[in-house]
Amino acid sequence: MQIITHVRSWVDARFDWAKLTEPLRHKTVPIHRLSYWYFLGGITLFLFGIQVSTGLLLLLYYRPSANEAFESVQYIMTRVQFGWLIRSIHSWAANLMIFTAFLHMFSVLFLRAYRKPRELTWVSGMILLFLVLGFGFSGYLLPWNTLAFFATKVGTEITGQVPVIGHTLMVLMRGGEEVTGATLTRFFGVHVAVLPGLTAFLIVIHLALVQKFGMSLPPGVEATAKVSPAVVRQMKFLPNFLLREVMAWYVALGVLGALAAWLPWELGTKSDPFGAAPAGIRPEWYFMFMFQSLKLIPSKIWGIDGELVGILTFGLAGAVWVLLPFLEGNREKRGGTLVRGAGVFALCYIVAMTIYGYMAK
Amino acid sequence: MAIEDSQPVRPARRRLVEILLGGGMFASVVSFVYPVLRYLSPPAVPDLGEDEVVAGKVGELKPNGSKVFRFGSRPALLLLTAEGEYHCVSAVCTHLGCTVQYRGDMLEIWCACHNGTYGLDGRNVSGPPPRPLEAFQVNVRGSEIVITRKRGA
Amino acid sequence: MATWQNSWVRGFVLLAAALCAWSTGIRAQTANTCLECHSALDPPLQVTEAQFTQDIHAQKGLTCASCHGGDPTKADMDAMSKGAGFRGKIERSQIPALCGRCHGDAILMKQYNPGLRTDQFSQYQTSVHGKLLAKGDTKVAVCIDCHGVHDLRPVRDSRSKVYPLNIAQTCSRCHADAAYMKSYGIPTDQFAKYSRSVHHEAMVARGDLSAPTCTTCHGNHGAAPPGVDSVKNVCSNCHVFQAQMYDKSPHKMVFQSAGLPGCVVCHSNHEITHPTDARLGTGPEGVCMQCHLPGDNCDVARANMLAGLTQLDESIKNADRLLGVAESSGMEVSEARLQQDQARDSLTKARVTIHSFQPPLVNQDIQAGLKIAAKDLQAGKDALSERDYRRRGLGVAVCFIFITLVGLFLYIRQIERSPARG
Repeated sequence: MQIITHVRSWVDARFDWAKLTEPLRHKTVPIHRLSYWYFLGGITLFLFGIQVSTGLLLLLYYRPSANEAFESVQYIMTRVQFGWLIRSIHSWAANLMIFTAFLHMFSVLFLRAYRKPRELTWVSGMILLFLVLGFGFSGYLLPWNTLAFFATKVGTEITGQVPVIGHTLMVLMRGGEEVTGATLTRFFGVHVAVLPGLTAFLIVIHLALVQKFGMSLPPGVEATAKVSPAVVRQMKFLPNFLLREVMAWYVALGVLGALAAWLPWELGTKSDPFGAAPAGIRPEWYFMFMFQSLKLIPSKIWGIDGELVGILTFGLAGAVWVLLPFLEGNREKRGGTLVRGAGVFALCYIVAMTIYGYMAK
Repeated sequence: MAIEDSQPVRPARRRLVEILLGGGMFASVVSFVYPVLRYLSPPAVPDLGEDEVVAGKVGELKPNGSKVFRFGSRPALLLLTAEGEYHCVSAVCTHLGCTVQYRGDMLEIWCACHNGTYGLDGRNVSGPPPRPLEAFQVNVRGSEIVITRKRGA
Repeated sequence: MATWQNSWVRGFVLLAAALCAWSTGIRAQTANTCLECHSALDPPLQVTEAQFTQDIHAQKGLTCASCHGGDPTKADMDAMSKGAGFRGKIERSQIPALCGRCHGDAILMKQYNPGLRTDQFSQYQTSVHGKLLAKGDTKVAVCIDCHGVHDLRPVRDSRSKVYPLNIAQTCSRCHADAAYMKSYGIPTDQFAKYSRSVHHEAMVARGDLSAPTCTTCHGNHGAAPPGVDSVKNVCSNCHVFQAQMYDKSPHKMVFQSAGLPGCVVCHSNHEITHPTDARLGTGPEGVCMQCHLPGDNCDVARANMLAGLTQLDESIKNADRLLGVAESSGMEVSEARLQQDQARDSLTKARVTIHSFQPPLVNQDIQAGLKIAAKDLQAGKDALSERDYRRRGLGVAVCFIFITLVGLFLYIRQIERSPARG
């Protein structure tokens, strides 16, 4: 403890540390019955940190060429000391992060934290969600196993169906007309450089906005607080709330370790581009609901290609979702019900379609 | 709210908490850092073995001798002719996958399963094998015999 | 004739003649009036343009006249005149000699394909077909029955009746026809049996052109069953090791002196199915006890060898199972899997050494295989204990995490309870 005080005063004398950390020290978090949802953002950030660190470690041994990618992952899993741990944690944390990101988004939606003045926080958050999905899609290919190869093939093919720009987009993604080693290199560059850069930038913006506007109160709590303010008490962020966050992070670490040791991420078989696609090819769970929807759509709807309709619908839904705060408008009550309705529908649809996708094989 | 606990208990309690927290954090951090440090140090076998492998040491093979070793996920055959030339080919027979062997008496590579023969460069010479054996590049690096896949067109 | 006065008839004949002359002009080098008429006829006289262009002889510049005589440049029946040397349909008994006139002439064949053999006719004369033909039996196969005649393709053409994959079918046209073969007193179930064999499966299922078909063992032009003593020699062309082992075994002398056909005694000639270890057993598939008596030396040796094979097979399967468990727990055991291939090689080798019928020799291979399988089993066990080590390590880490969590919880409570810090 003495050392910490010593270091602190050293830094303070040069950088006015006290002034810098002032806003953070004053930051408070409202405590009410729905406060637990406030943890989700922090957990997602923590998992992102895990991804960056395990990713960096994996970078020391991974080789992004079609010839060596699979073997390098095999090498990490079998020869590198604790390579199995790092790799399994990276794969599991990726899934966990996407899950908590979705949960965070839905909780913000249902707790109506996107309302004025937090519209841009929502927008930056949605972009972050898309980036996180991009991480998932690009990272999935990197072990270059059969499942990954064909999942990427199908995924990029669907992108190619987008009207007008679809084919160009697909070629850009694949680095060519087909999924090849060029695709792998491209996805690798995106996964370890492009997306991390963008994500870091957006995280800074997102956190700055959160810091600026503080934590929002859910409408129900807000109303109650107007009547009896004692319902809501403020907890200091430093150290109280942060300590609780750290507890949550520790739990996450424990879960990750357990997953790595009990359910290690599989290696699969090396992909053979000229081989037949194995039966039951499907994307990872976070894309399953879209995939299953596309499979269910009839081949033609009012003369238009069914798959196209599906893609456009999802595109439209995505756009609407990003612009949600603006669409709610001023009629808060009415708009709120609409948004909540849409949120419930979306959540149910995603969950149902995901489950259906897994059961219908 | 602020109930004064009796003085003697609180410092002990505080000490316990400090120990638990400090000790726990320290131990858990060590349990995170230790694997990472081990991870960073390169394993005994520095390479993957798919494109390049050390098949043996110079002097290990006698003239007109051979050995089968692992290259990637398949066996490969390294042989040394009486004149001192190294050859290396895949040891998986192209007929039905048996492991071939070098026959010093026939000066050919032979498959015991159905009497298929290959030349030292892997070319299928007689018997059932429909295709040559894949040939690999042999280089001597110091005292090591290094096998690599042939590159180029 | 009155018809000649008819301008229509004249016109028609002139037109026909003009057409003939014109088409003759087009096919000046290989003028073939034979084909023009015969393509319009019904079988058996029919030879179509489509057929003949596939024919290798036609492609090399030969014409109908090369075999049948006559003059292909002449229109109408002049082409088939005695004066032009027309021989008409060739008698079956004359066909081999006719083909042999060119195909047996080394100097002539060198002009076309120096690599082609020129002993087909002399070989044919040694064959069962040739000998019977010489005695006047025209039911037997002659050249055209197997090779085709007017659309004769080279052997390497996959549509040829004597392309390796098609040979068995071609032979079976006669040899599986019970009515046709009645007078010869030989079985007609060879093709049916061969179709159930391993060799047939290799050909048809795997497209392995090197797999044996009828002609591989019986010869093609000199087709005759291999003599009882030479069966082993024929099989040993591919199955070298088995033959070497058999030479070391007591069976060789015994079978030879008893006039038994070597390999065929246990493996059959046409219906060569995939052998299993049960052949060494005492069940319905067992072959040994068909001659040997229970309890004698050979029965003991048999049981010994069977026990060895079974032991090795089990050992390999056990190791495979354990490695599978390790793999599904997420452990990587590809090295051991590779070694398992070597263990399986030992088992294969042991099954070959069986043919020496000497347990000590078989045992050598069994022991080598057992050693490898044991190592792999150990590798599987090591993988599982590594897995357990990881889980224990995790347990330790989880303990630390739990302690930290408790510490955090208590610390939070502590700082929030104390008014100075709350």
